[in-house]
Order: sequence, then C-alpha cells, then structure tokens
Amino acid sequence: MSRLPVRKTYKLFIGGAFPRSESGRTYDAEGANVARGSRKDLRDAVRIARQAGAGWSGMTAYNRGQVVYRVAEMMEARRAELAGLSSGADEVERAIDRVVWYAGWADKLAQVVGSANPVAGPYFNFTIPEPTGVVGILAPEPPLLGLVSRLAPVLVGGNTAVVVASEAHPLVAIELAECLATADVPPGVVNVITGLRRELAPQLASHMDVVALDVTGADGDLAELERLGAENVKRIVRGKADGQSPYEIAAFLELKTVWHPIGM
Amino acid sequence: MIKDKREVARRGEAAAIPTAWEYAPAPESREIVHFEDRYGLYIGGQFLEPLSNERYTTIDPAREEPLAEIAQAGKADVDRAVKAAREAYAERWSQLRPSERAKYLFRIARILQERSREFAVVESLNGGKPIRESRDVDLPLAAAHFFYYAGWADKLEYAFPNRTPRPIGVAGQIIPWNFPLLMLAWKIAPALAAGNTVVLKPAETTPLSALLFCDVVRQAELPPGVVNIVTGDGRTGAELVSHPDVDKIAFTGSTEVGKAIQRTLAGSGKRLTLELGGKAANIIFDDAPLDQAVEGIINGIYFNQGHVCCAGSRLFVEESIYETVISKLKRRMKTLRVGDPLDKNTDVGAINSKQQLDKIGSLVQSGIDEGAEIYQPPCKLPERGYWFVPTVFTNVAQSYRIAQEEIFGPVLSVLTFRTPDEAIEKANNTPYGLSAGVWTEKGSRILAMAQKLRAGVVWANTYNRFDPASPFGGYKESGFGREGGRHGLEPYVALDGS
Repeated sequence: MSRLPVRKTYKLFIGGAFPRSESGRTYDAEGANVARGSRKDLRDAVRIARQAGAGWSGMTAYNRGQVVYRVAEMMEARRAELAGLSSGADEVERAIDRVVWYAGWADKLAQVVGSANPVAGPYFNFTIPEPTGVVGILAPEPPLLGLVSRLAPVLVGGNTAVVVASEAHPLVAIELAECLATADVPPGVVNVITGLRRELAPQLASHMDVVALDVTGADGDLAELERLGAENVKRIVRGKADGQSPYEIAAFLELKTVWHPIGM
Repeated sequence: MIKDKREVARRGEAAAIPTAWEYAPAPESREIVHFEDRYGLYIGGQFLEPLSNERYTTIDPAREEPLAEIAQAGKADVDRAVKAAREAYAERWSQLRPSERAKYLFRIARILQERSREFAVVESLNGGKPIRESRDVDLPLAAAHFFYYAGWADKLEYAFPNRTPRPIGVAGQIIPWNFPLLMLAWKIAPALAAGNTVVLKPAETTPLSALLFCDVVRQAELPPGVVNIVTGDGRTGAELVSHPDVDKIAFTGSTEVGKAIQRTLAGSGKRLTLELGGKAANIIFDDAPLDQAVEGIINGIYFNQGHVCCAGSRLFVEESIYETVISKLKRRMKTLRVGDPLDKNTDVGAINSKQQLDKIGSLVQSGIDEGAEIYQPPCKLPERGYWFVPTVFTNVAQSYRIAQEEIFGPVLSVLTFRTPDEAIEKANNTPYGLSAGVWTEKGSRILAMAQKLRAGVVWANTYNRFDPASPFGGYKESGFGREGGRHGLEPYVALDGS
C-alpha cells in the first residue's frame, strides 16, 4: 500500500522560529502556499536582528567560524532536499563548499584586513575590522548558491542579516533556514522573509536600523532603493552572485583605528 | 634667610599675580605670501577664466578684509575640467610607469615642505586658524601624506592580495574649509598614487591654499590635467557630483550634504566615499591622569576653533571626579588666548565665516534655552572679524540639541556617567560614529572601551592625532570609506577577480 507523504508548510524564519506572516497572507510559488511577508514582519525581523548583533559579534572568531562550518554540516545532511528545491546537486555542492570556505575566514580576517600602522609618534596604532551591524540582503539567483554567496560573507564577518528570499524560488531559502536553525546559529542572527519584492525591498532599503544593503540580487528600481538607503548613509553593496573572496566580506566590515600611547 | 614659614606664604601670595602680564604680540609676517587680485580655474595645467563669468570675494575672517576674487565655476567650467582630467587620464597619467608616478608625488611632498611657511600663512589668513596649528599640524601632515602615498604608487599589488589593482579614472573630490590644504592632500595623494586624475573643488570660503597648490603642481611639472581645481560654492560641487564622466566621488563635509550626494548618485554605479560629521564622546574615568586628560579635553574641542569633524564635543566624566575635572577645565580655559590667527601665541583663532559664527551662536542659544549652564572665560576679542569665546556647557541632558547636533565650533557639552556600560550606552547614542576618546590608566579598560565604542577612530589617553599611515573615517552616519594608510587606497582602485 502506498503511503501519503507528509508535506511541509513553508513559513518565515524570524528570531530562530518559523512563524506565518502576521498578515496571514500567502502567495503561490513553486506550487506551494508561501508566506507573503508583510512590512511588519520585516520590521520585526530587523528589530530581532539588531538585538542578536551583540551576541554574534561578541563571540570569538574561532567560535563563529565553527558555527558557520556547522551550517555546512547541516546542509550536507540535507543535500537531497536542497537539490530538489534548487537547480540540483551541483548547485548544492558548490553552495556547501562555499560555506566551508567562508567558515575558515572568521579567524583570519583581522590579520588580512586589519593592520598595525607605523605612525610618526610614540603610539601603537592598529586597525581592526568590525561588523557593520544589521545587513539587508536581496537574495540573487540561483536561489541557493546566490543566497549562500551573499549571506556567508555577511555572517562570517559578525553581522546579522535580514534576507528577502527570491520571490520566484523562495522554498530553498526556507530549507536553508532550517539548516541554520539546527547549526547553532543563534536565533535572530539570520532572518528570512519570503514574499513580494516590490513590497519588501523598499522597506528594507529605508529601514533606519539596517546599516548595509546588499543589492546584488535587486531587481527593479535599483536607483530608488539606493536613494532610500541614503537616509541613514547605508553601505550599498553590489557583489557577485557567484563568487567568493575576502573582499566580499570586507564590504560588510567597518574599520576601527585605535591610538594607544607608548611610554614608561 | 626667611625664618617664618607663614611669611613665605604671604610673600608668595603677594608676588603670585603674573596674570596681569600681557603677552607681547608675536605675529608671523604675511609678506611671504602674495595673492593675485583674481584667480581663474586651474584646468589642464593652466588658469582659465570662468565661462560662467561669475566671481566672488574670499576674505580673511579675522579681519573681514578681502583677499582675492575667486571664480564661481559653472556647469560648462566643470565640464571643461572633467574633460581635461579624462584626457590626462587616458593619454598621460595611466600610461605612466607607476614608479614615475611615485616620483611626481615625492616631488610634491618635497615642494610642500620647502614652501610650508608660505602655505601656513595662507591657511591662517584665509581660514582663520592659528598659525601655530597651520605650521605644526596642517603643513607637516599635508606633506607627509604625499610622501606616504608616493611610496604606494608602485607597490599597489602588495596592498591587495590576489588582485591586480587598476585605477578607476576621473575622481571628483569635494573638500571642507576646516583643513583646506590637508584635506586636499588626503584626497589628491591616494587618488594620484593609484593612477587616477582628479577634479577637486575646495570649500567656498577657503580656496586660496588649493589655488596656491596649483603652483606646486606646476613646479613639480605634473602632466597637465592630472590635477584640476575648480572653485565655487555648493552649486559647483553639485555639478561635479552629477557630471556623467566622473567615475568616483569623494566628499568630506556635513552629513546633510553627504546624504544628498548619495541620493544623487543612486543607481549610477559610481564609486562613492563620504567622510561626514561627528559628535564624538571623550570619556574620562576616575583613574585617568587628570592634568593630561584636561589637556586632551582642551585639544579635543578647542583645536582649530572646534572646526573639526572628529572634535571631542561631548565630554563624559565619571561622576566621582566631576567637580575636579570641571574646575581644572575652567582654569585651563582661562589661559586660552583667542585672537589674531597670525600671532604665534594664539590658541584659538577666528571662526571661519559669518555663516558658521551664526550657526554656532544659535546652537549655543538653544543650549541656554533648554536649560544647560554655560561657562565662558573672560576674554577680550578683537573688534573686527568672526570670533567665538571657548564655551563649556554643564547640566546637559542627552536630549539637548547641544548634545545631539554637530556644532562645529568651540563649544563643549559635559555629561556624566557612573559605570563603563553607561558611558558606552551614552557615547554610542548618536547617529554619528566618527571618533571617540578614552582616558584611563587601565590598559584592559582602554581596549574594552575601544572595542565597544561604535566609532572609526578611538584615541586612548590622547586626542586629535592624525597620521598618513593611520586610516581615518566613520561608522554609521559619519560616512564610509577610509582615508590614510593602506585602507585609504581602496576607494581609488578597481579590483578584478572573483
């Protein structure tokens, strides 16, 4: 006798939980009733991401690297599910390997991006990278590799993220969120909103607690999003939808320079 | 021999009134400086009459006397400058071997050193800053900046691992009036080192050192069009920002204008760096070396009349030492000499413009109206010129405008705290994030505070230090991008690769 499979309801990912949209709305994507996140959902996500910032950025780099590595472990365990919701095994394997690659950067960034500066005076002067804060990400295609390519550098640098998933292919983003939730990524560090770009993107761009906006996956009126972002001098990042480099991480880092006198 | 100790004390008291002694005037001669009656726009290696046919007068803010007629560049003028920069980029500067570029920049550094006295007088005359600061800070740092980036010109591949850095093209650069020549150096040196050409607009009120710099460019025999200087007010800046053939904009100035520039460039794909306003916290713990700290407070807020984006304009004092710090601070303020910028004994010079003087005045009035307590030392100000007495406000609440808004003048707001966490919370409670100061003898506390302060530069047991090797720039609404150090090259290079 054939068994009737149990289907999954795809919901949002906010603060480590999987709530429905507070609006109660859904939209049809990939044959599923996907949560159509509202502006309020997005604001909630930003608030929670901001709260999660201190804990995540306060972790040791070694620890953060291990958590990101664990994301890859969880993805490996869900290869079949991820492959079914993306372009296939190749995309999944590349995405997993990319997460591993970025995990290793956590405790090397300060050495590669930072510096000790030989100033002309009796001071020890050094520059260290620090996370910028809450980063808004408009996830690019392909839905898994694109999202991972943009999210991993944000995460490993110690930022927290509010992701607007691909509108046409949102399911794999929620599948990835399930990997994050079981990988010891603290609640609120990554939040994923599914829904309509035209509703969500301007909200993300104009939110005063979002410090940087990744527009790599922006569709539609990019100029308008950037204009909205200027209100709090947002860092606007156009990166690569399929690429990996420490420069992608550095785009979401601030540089802090400290002067300390030298004397007896 | 004096037997009675009390008599010694009495005599000491009687003799200890040297406060009545006046300093003798020690003016720096202005004869070393010669200004033209009128200046054109420096485009393609020569001074051209402005097509706009518009001019304005630049003055000495300490005497309210005209110094020269300055061109107000219009759209067509900016276009001409950008074309000259583009041509120089394509045909000359980007074709040059990097080691040759380096030597041009070394030349500029040397010429600035040779002519530093002349430039120092120009800075003080046109900007109102004390000659002691122009001479000891602005000029040495400007020359050092060119010297530092000269050395990078042929070593760029070592600055960006796994990348081949390329120049971007034509950079449009807009600078403020508080450190005219130094800001010019911060902008032009890294841009040229990386192989770009520039169109630079100095501030409306302080164009003269930039125009004199054109003579340095001439003496260094820089190829024509590599450096172009267009003068004018905000309208000229707006033309430069919106010019379609400018590849990169670098702006230093107010947060308000910075946001407007970011909006203008939205969707253009042009590169942008912004160094904007600040409202820095200078935090004094009870174990700090207090006399040093008071010097740091003074230097933090009264340096350059407080016309400093990273000025320590919010003083946070641990409650237990509040009375001591305030009394030491007031005593020190009484010794500040306000007056002629060209006098070598002057500590606080002239306010840069009437407009800025009015802005400072209205914010100070708001502090009084909101209920803060004002203190200004007795001070004799010159009759002509723009002056503002060094001011400190106590009884300030976080919500007061004087604790929130950038005043850009010699006005300090004092607040208190009880715990390090409270100090952090209050210090970070601002949209700005440019700089901060921490004063304590405890090294671990310095590093902990430095870690938690959301600011691009943190000075520990010192304040307002600058160096070409030290990256400078803001968090949050104080802007993005760094100037100085290896990091200061990044805004001026394109990095290929995945």
